[in-house]
Amino acid sequence: MAEPLLDARDLVKHYGSVEALRGASFTAYAGEVVSLIGDNGAGKSTLVKCLSGAEQPDSGTISFDGRTISLPTPTAARALGIETVYQDLAVAPDLDPAANLFLGRELRKPGVLGWLGVLDKKEMRRLATSSFGDLGVTLQSVDVPIGSLSGGQRQSVAVARSVVWASKLVFMDEPTAALGVVQRERVLDVIKRVRDQGMAVVLISHNMPEVLAVSDRVEVLRLGRRVARFRAADTTVEELVGAMTGALSQEDA
Amino acid sequence: MTSDVRERTLAKRLFSANTLWIALVLLVLIAVFGAIRPDAVLTTFTLQTTLVETSVLLVLSVGMTYVIITSGIDLSVGSVLVFSGVTSAMTMNAMNDGNATDAGWGTVLVGLVVALVSGAAWGLLNGLLVAKTGIPPLIVTLGSFGAALGAGQLISNGSNVSGVPDVLSDNLGTGTWFGIPNLVLLAAVVTGIGALVLATTRFGRYTYAIGSNEEAARRVGIAVTGHLVKVYLLAGTLAGLAGFMALAYFRVASITGHDTDNLNAIAGVVLGGTSLFGGAGSIVGTVLGVFIPAVLRKGFVIVGVNVYWQPIAVAIVLVAAVWFDQSRRRARNQR
Repeated sequence: MAEPLLDARDLVKHYGSVEALRGASFTAYAGEVVSLIGDNGAGKSTLVKCLSGAEQPDSGTISFDGRTISLPTPTAARALGIETVYQDLAVAPDLDPAANLFLGRELRKPGVLGWLGVLDKKEMRRLATSSFGDLGVTLQSVDVPIGSLSGGQRQSVAVARSVVWASKLVFMDEPTAALGVVQRERVLDVIKRVRDQGMAVVLISHNMPEVLAVSDRVEVLRLGRRVARFRAADTTVEELVGAMTGALSQEDA
Repeated sequence: MTSDVRERTLAKRLFSANTLWIALVLLVLIAVFGAIRPDAVLTTFTLQTTLVETSVLLVLSVGMTYVIITSGIDLSVGSVLVFSGVTSAMTMNAMNDGNATDAGWGTVLVGLVVALVSGAAWGLLNGLLVAKTGIPPLIVTLGSFGAALGAGQLISNGSNVSGVPDVLSDNLGTGTWFGIPNLVLLAAVVTGIGALVLATTRFGRYTYAIGSNEEAARRVGIAVTGHLVKVYLLAGTLAGLAGFMALAYFRVASITGHDTDNLNAIAGVVLGGTSLFGGAGSIVGTVLGVFIPAVLRKGFVIVGVNVYWQPIAVAIVLVAAVWFDQSRRRARNQR
């Protein structure tokens, strides 16, 4: 296969005396969906935090697009085209969907007003409506507080926000956890569409059939270390569970 | 079909907006008092005095609105007002051999700057402590509530400071412009700018975002710490300006009489529909909220109701307003 887009090697992360990552490695290629799976406490969330700039690893190297990088802040990761959908969504419930989509990236009016910090709400609303349309997110209205929407719609907005702004890679931590059947399908569709645009999507999920349905590859973490790598087409749920629980491991992972 | 959805939303929004209800309450109050004593209530004089007496509190409340929208609180505004008045008056006196009564505009300008800087300094201290140390705003500003008043008393030896320049009192304090008191004009300008900044700019948007979900704001790269410092700095600076306005109006930097300014400002903001939980609110609401207690007080005096009923009436409306906000939030979060 081609050069990896993201290649993390031997990441170590301590929280006090707890060792969350013990030399974990992770690889993602452009234009693929790779699932990151593991039992609770395997270090998935910590790994994603280290790779999205929310936390810094104690040691190890991360290379992205062929260059060794460090990610001191989420902003640094975003500047490289890396976006994250967090498990707890991280939306502002009192703001409307358009405001949430543009949160931290507000458009300002042209000219003197923009220089004074005046927002171009109309343009943001227009772009938000068309982005939601493109991604198949249906909302009754783009100007009600997002907290008054259903859990699934909130989730869709959070997913849309990361997908709209990402240019290289999207981390999605349990993006379908709160969703009904229809909305789950929609999010999976969005994931595939993003992959087809040439981005890498890293999916974290506990739902094994979903993992096999949507991924190109699967990487398994166990006790803070990568223990196995699979091509999704060549593996089974049993094999994945075996790798997660330690019944099965690969030497070269 | 789309327009159908929009229309319903607009109607829904109008009815669910706290501001509308508060405006109705205010209108009903004015109508009731007006109906009882039309000769005394609906006069230019009553309007003018009510507006002037509320100007200083309104300026405090504009800053308080920003603070409460970030889900914070500022108990120190009344003490900062006193401190700023004292430092300003004493500086002006010191520039004029101990009595600034006959001083000119230069002195007044220096006095204004001193008042603003004094307020800003307390605001900065509040902001740094709240944003950087993680101490709850209630405790931080309870501390500066006591400290700013104490500092003001130390500087003035515990007594009021007189010797306010006549040009200041005659123009800003009691002067009018086409019948509108200058003090009211100044408060209106401050309120107007405050409302525009909150509703239309990125600064306002970030204020709402931080109050709504601080962690989300942090994760999208908003400088939360810096923004909180700026919000408390704004509240402090406006308290300094309010101190200067009080100085001009009363012709003296008063040590007493501002113990409950903080609570009056908070009550006005919350009455106006701004949520104590943060993330929601408006300056327009605050203007209405500040005038409800003022109209009640004025109305009770005019129609001859014992004025001690006023705080009780305000308390009932206040508790009802918060209850309304809370049940609205609970209904929303259940989805």
